[in-house]
Amino acid sequence: MSNLSITEEQEGAAIHDERTHELVADLLPKKFGTAGNLWVASLFLVVLIGGYAYYHQLRDGLIVTDMRDFTSWGIYISNFVFFVAISLVGSLVSAILKLSNVEWRTPLVRIAEIIAVSAIMLAALIIIVDMGRPDRIWHLFVYGRIQSPIIWDVIVITTYFTISVLLLYLPLLPDLALCRDSVKTNIPRWRKKLYRVLALNWKGTRSQYKIMKRAMQILAVLIIPLALMIHTVTSWLFATTYRAGWDSSNFGPYFVSGAFMVGAASVIAVMYVLRNHYHLDKYITHRHFNNMGKLLVLLSLIYLYFNINEYLVSGYKMKKVEGEQLLDLFTGSYAPIFWMVQILGMVVPIIVLLFKQGRKPLPAFIIAVMVVVGAWFKRFLIVTPTLLHPFVPIQHVPESWMHYIPTWEEWSITAASLAGALLVITFFVRVFPIVTIWEIAEERGIKLEPHLNPEVK
Amino acid sequence: MDEFSEGVLRTKTQKIIRTVEDQSDNSRRKFLKATLVTGAMVTGGLGTLEVLSEETKKETGEKIRLLSPDGKIVEVDSSVINPAIPDIPLSAHNVRDGVPGKKFVMVIDLSKCKNAGKCRKACSKMHYLPEDRSYIKIDKMQDAETTAPYWMPTPCFHCDNPPCVKVCPVDATFKLSDGIVAIDNNRCIGCRFCMVACPYSARVFNWGEEQFKITEERFEEIKTHESCSSHVKGTVEKCDFCPSKAIKNELPDCVNACPNGVFYFGDENEDVVTNGDETVRLSQLLIDKAGYRYLEELGTKPRVYYLPPANRQFPFKEVNEVKP
Repeated sequence: MSNLSITEEQEGAAIHDERTHELVADLLPKKFGTAGNLWVASLFLVVLIGGYAYYHQLRDGLIVTDMRDFTSWGIYISNFVFFVAISLVGSLVSAILKLSNVEWRTPLVRIAEIIAVSAIMLAALIIIVDMGRPDRIWHLFVYGRIQSPIIWDVIVITTYFTISVLLLYLPLLPDLALCRDSVKTNIPRWRKKLYRVLALNWKGTRSQYKIMKRAMQILAVLIIPLALMIHTVTSWLFATTYRAGWDSSNFGPYFVSGAFMVGAASVIAVMYVLRNHYHLDKYITHRHFNNMGKLLVLLSLIYLYFNINEYLVSGYKMKKVEGEQLLDLFTGSYAPIFWMVQILGMVVPIIVLLFKQGRKPLPAFIIAVMVVVGAWFKRFLIVTPTLLHPFVPIQHVPESWMHYIPTWEEWSITAASLAGALLVITFFVRVFPIVTIWEIAEERGIKLEPHLNPEVK
Repeated sequence: MDEFSEGVLRTKTQKIIRTVEDQSDNSRRKFLKATLVTGAMVTGGLGTLEVLSEETKKETGEKIRLLSPDGKIVEVDSSVINPAIPDIPLSAHNVRDGVPGKKFVMVIDLSKCKNAGKCRKACSKMHYLPEDRSYIKIDKMQDAETTAPYWMPTPCFHCDNPPCVKVCPVDATFKLSDGIVAIDNNRCIGCRFCMVACPYSARVFNWGEEQFKITEERFEEIKTHESCSSHVKGTVEKCDFCPSKAIKNELPDCVNACPNGVFYFGDENEDVVTNGDETVRLSQLLIDKAGYRYLEELGTKPRVYYLPPANRQFPFKEVNEVKP
């Protein structure tokens, strides 16, 4: 740079200034409009109703649910599995795509990571809701038995959560410093303080970036086996039992592949909403939808493969109880949900996303929502029909025990957990830059404020 | 409120337990005496003679006749008899202790069951369960379309390789030395993993406070089964082979209640089971009647055996829901 003439350098700086200004203006968090406020208010309302339902449950016990001695796990558990599944997307985008040098992932990393973090938070909460004695949760730490898959799940989920938070937080540091030093004056005091504290005195020196990038590299490698573990262990909560439909060595990869699929779909859905709401077309482009669409097809095909393994192999044999359970899914009382989930939540998305037109933002968004909704019901189908087909037949019990229809308390609490996850994401977007500013600047060769310059060469 | 009433119940229980202890001391002495006098200890070794002991206890003057190992009847002073089953003070009863020296076992003779429903009724009474519920179920089974249906009572199988114990995250359900799979209701966190892990659906849950309230209402009746599993809201319970009766060498209520002698209960160490009417060798019974265990292929090693429904004593009849 020293050999540039003075005028050229000034000119360059002026251009940089303009581009920097535009970038920062585009990507710093913005106030909500009416739509945003309405969105937050309605989410809060759902959470409040769920809170009231949980008060009911705490007061009267799990009797307020429709779970009984045979269907002893219900939508709390399937919702938990759904959340754990979604959380795998963090490792997919921040680690797998990073390590395979996929450069277009940059604007999506933080979206994926906040989805992951919020999903694990709510997974942990919903599993406490499912406990008959939440007041005894400390027993897990005092009397924990390492032989129990539940303890394995507690260990891997807390580890995965910790690393996911670090993966979210470390690359946030330069952006937090940017927020802290932002010239905007209308930021409330608490947020300025928050940025100052969270930025950890980030100065943007070369060595700071070096440490951060090195740490990210290590975390990216660490999170991959952990991601496989959390969902494999979650599948073992079922596969380690003798129950028809769960007693399957296919369950680990079946769950993991389904998790990556729903995770990728959730990123497409969230990035579509953010792109439209914040006019991020310059950063999240058609190319991103195209590529995420292709990725989703690949992941869905892998999931389809494990589905065929799961249903065809046992369907071919039709062992007694397992066969009855399968018939209940294929042609019985669960057939409508089952075929909706398999066709609308898996087969149709694969077909639509194979076409370029199907990977445009709007169709990709619709398909992504179908996949996410289908994935939620798929977990319901994994948990409930199996419990209604035990080895010892269900006889001589009150009629209501022979089926499982979640009560309003269960639906409200489940809805509240979903709303809670969306609230965490919404709050994050409101306070922090959802697209990594410094990384975009680095890629586009834009200089940020001198002391925050990543010093690209 | 919940904790409070539990607390009240507990103190009340303690009080009753103390009185029961006194009574059981007496009844045990009588019981022991009766058994010994009739020489029924041939099979068991209920007591040991402390003849080799240098320390001599004060003689009571009370003579007891015993059958010696070489088949002679001897008369000894009651003071030298040392019960092999020590008195377990029930107030200090630890749910994690089994009855020393015992391996409880049950045999269910399917050829005798006609779904009279008395075992269920006795079980709900014994354990303060709602009238339409019990820890034991009687299911209509039919192995193939062409084979005859039969009734199959299913209590907890107290497996020797128990899937429920394996999965418990907090050691709230465990295997006792006497073979019983027990539950610590003050430890259980209510995750219900054991319920889905049990292939026999033996476990029931305290979804609300229904069971607890029944115990509270009928509290005055509580006499002999104070250490049976308690109804704590949000925790799991199940058939416990009635350990407080076993301690006293009594049969579980379902065994006593059955009018057809379907249930045999006993001790594998002694190789003896009884249904109240007849006492037989366990090993011989299993050989003679081709005993088997339900879903043996799962490898759970149940402590409950079945005798096949051959040479039925009753024709199979559909029974409408047994109203207690």
